[in-house]
Amino acid sequence: MDLMDLSKAFKWIVVMLLACFVSIDAGARNLEEQSTTDPPLMQPADLMRILKSDRPKPLIIQTGFHVLYVQAHIPGSEYIGPGSKADGIRQLHQRVDGLPRTQSILLYCGCCPWNRCPNVNPAYQELRTMGFTNVELLYIAENFGKDWVEKGYPVARGDEPGTI
Amino acid sequence: MLTVLISAFALALGPHLTALNATERHPLAPEFSLADLRGQKLDLAAFRGHVVLLDFWATWCAPCRNEIPRFVELQNKYRDRGFQIIGVSLDDDAKAVRDFYAQFKMNYPVIIGNADLAERYGGILGLPVMFLIDCDGRIDSRHDGETDIALIEKELEPLLKAGRCVGKRHGH
Repeated sequence: MDLMDLSKAFKWIVVMLLACFVSIDAGARNLEEQSTTDPPLMQPADLMRILKSDRPKPLIIQTGFHVLYVQAHIPGSEYIGPGSKADGIRQLHQRVDGLPRTQSILLYCGCCPWNRCPNVNPAYQELRTMGFTNVELLYIAENFGKDWVEKGYPVARGDEPGTI
Repeated sequence: MLTVLISAFALALGPHLTALNATERHPLAPEFSLADLRGQKLDLAAFRGHVVLLDFWATWCAPCRNEIPRFVELQNKYRDRGFQIIGVSLDDDAKAVRDFYAQFKMNYPVIIGNADLAERYGGILGLPVMFLIDCDGRIDSRHDGETDIALIEKELEPLLKAGRCVGKRHGH
């Protein structure tokens, strides 16, 4: 191998290393962006495990509509009004304002299919803006009826949060 | 022998079972009398003889909002054939519904619903939910989620053609 070949090989290695660094950096930035914009999700089955366990329970807040809450809600969850409405956000703010910002909070709605729910994301953003660092959203794919009640998970009825 | 006996039993019961299933499949729509947005009582019973589309919805619900202009068109198209849409808003705030009603130029009555009514209709645990009620006041079908209007029209036609529909207009 002459000097020219060695030089070409060296250049090739440098280019490949640079490409790797760029790719790793972009991946890290994507992960960082995702972690700051995408709310962490909890599956209903995982919530059930927590509710049945001796572990500390999150503060569970329903951000949907009152008629839904009265018909059926997750035992222990509190109603604050639709997150898409100014009243709902105001009530949410009032409810959590005195809590430590590390408080574990789980938001759920179930009014509509997940990607069309107007309520959980504004509520999540409000809590993040207030400085809460431990907020999760309950992933309800279709609606509360199909993804919670029909699966046989426990429900409470009426205006009181109730217990499991 | 056993097969013959079972067949005879099934034949004897057949018509009764069919009738029972038809009634179960199409139960009477629960009656209600609730205030509309003008504060006037609206009785479902007053619409007997009409095909009624009962729509549970809310102003902030995106799939519900998509449906409203289509329902307005549907009401115009079939009004003279004895078709009536009734909206049941599950909003917490009646003022928001009044504003929405005016903004979307809704042309059918809307009442403010409650949990009792929702439960009597089998539970409304997601929005929107729509019922088609035939001229005899029986629930023909229930649709959960945003509906395909072509499908609704397909279901509507035979109900409107039933001889017992009066097809007269209401004041709304």
